Amino acid sequence: MVTVQNITKQYGKTEALKNVSFSTGVGEIFGIIGPDGAGKTTLFRILTTLLLPDSGTAIVNGLDVVKDYKQIRNNVGYMPGRFSLYQDLTVEENLNFFAAVFNTTVKENYYLIKGIYKQIEPFKKRKAGALSGGMKQKLALSCALVHKPEVLFLDEPTTGVDPVSRKEFWEMLKDLKKQGITILVSTPYMDEAALCDHIALIQLGRIMSINTPQQIVAEYRNKLYATKSESNYRLLKQLKLRSDVASCYISGEYLHVVFKNNTAPFIENVEIHNIQPTIEDCFIQLMGVNNVDR
Amino acid sequence: MLTDKIIVAENLTKKFGDFTAVDNVSFTVNRGEIFGFLGANGAGKTTAMRMLCGLSKPTSGKGWVAGFDIWKQSEKVKKNIGYMSQKFSLYKDLKVWENIRLFAGIYGMKDKEIAVKADEMLNRLEFINERNTLVKQLPLGWKQKLAFSIAIFHEPQIVFLDEPTGGVDPTTRRQFWELIYHASGQGITVFVTTHYMDEAEYCNRVSIMVDGRIDALDTPAKLKQQFGVLNMDEVFQQLARHAKRSG
Repeated sequence: MVTVQNITKQYGKTEALKNVSFSTGVGEIFGIIGPDGAGKTTLFRILTTLLLPDSGTAIVNGLDVVKDYKQIRNNVGYMPGRFSLYQDLTVEENLNFFAAVFNTTVKENYYLIKGIYKQIEPFKKRKAGALSGGMKQKLALSCALVHKPEVLFLDEPTTGVDPVSRKEFWEMLKDLKKQGITILVSTPYMDEAALCDHIALIQLGRIMSINTPQQIVAEYRNKLYATKSESNYRLLKQLKLRSDVASCYISGEYLHVVFKNNTAPFIENVEIHNIQPTIEDCFIQLMGVNNVDR
Repeated sequence: MLTDKIIVAENLTKKFGDFTAVDNVSFTVNRGEIFGFLGANGAGKTTAMRMLCGLSKPTSGKGWVAGFDIWKQSEKVKKNIGYMSQKFSLYKDLKVWENIRLFAGIYGMKDKEIAVKADEMLNRLEFINERNTLVKQLPLGWKQKLAFSIAIFHEPQIVFLDEPTGGVDPTTRRQFWELIYHASGQGITVFVTTHYMDEAEYCNRVSIMVDGRIDALDTPAKLKQQFGVLNMDEVFQQLARHAKRSG
């Protein structure tokens, strides 16, 4: 549905995207996972035909992002990272406006947005600028869907959103996926990776790994251990001084440790056990391997 | 008032018209602790934090920060705290060194003292070669580490951090927390908001705001025990799920 081949984009000396390639299946949720500055927004702007790549090709829905840009704009929905609706129009007016721009009506595709729009419908006479963060997000998603796009691009829809609202948002995405819409979504929250069918881990314009979340975890190269103590910071400093420790960092209530020979030594009064890595552990390891830790 | 309590809030309330943003909130923060201030979007965290920083007067209730009354001594409160947010922390068009001088100068530090301490700080952060770099040219993670170091440069008794690690890569996020631990070890109290629930675990105690009230306040271990769950994310989900104001 979306195929990207060797896309490169530079801003002055900064390489925003370097040889990025991937392809998504039809009707899947494909996650672009990476921190600020990784190149996620640049990639989304190229795929939505708002920015030209320096080199490489990208096909969205069988259409070329450079040659067929006008057609692509009719077939995709885009929710930018920054709230981009008309703040001085009401909820209802925004939705009607976007439907009209795409030559359709809210009524025609109402079934698609119903689940999301219903939640903000009681406020339909309120100006978009006066909505809470979560409601703005729901309105923006409704507007991106109102013309029934085949591919939906969501650029960091959950950034700065609390964990409860993030969970709700992902529930909405699952429902949209059932309607057959292909969804490309970017996020800096590593825990959201598990909710995608495929993910690309991206850092400093380079894709470090692409796979299913399960397979990325399976490909973790080392044995990962967890440990904790009364003062994790003190233990962290102690472990970092040990010659047999390859890497050690805080992770929730535990410290995560990789040992050079992949076995945990006996350390007096310290309980250490083997654990399954998370996507975040994989990301940290890949950052180290790619030597892009800054 | 006891000196080991760096924040004392008693029935703090803030109303905007008929909307009660902060609803009768009482809590204390111990000197030197890392205090996590969590809550759903719209729960009232920012409003509460603005009152504690002396930027907004409560509608009713009392509060002391660093020993000063937030009603009567808000200027003294401001001089004795540090503040950093995700959205605005440094002037992008100024150099690293110029930002340090500007903020330290605002807090009344002498040029000579600034110069010595700035080099010391930049060396510790391994930023010394970036002394004359414009802040806008720094990667986000560096910017946030620098912003934090500048927020505590005048050695405040307490520093307020408003979502300091949003969007920062996982490795730099952890380096940032090591800076927090270090500052806490130096006796600086850290008051921090975050949406990363793993970071809630790094705090000595955590409060969770729902609809303007503090519905839970304890150590992460005790909160997990109290709610019978394995991590702070589940504690948060249980408390905030039924919030009327969330979303």
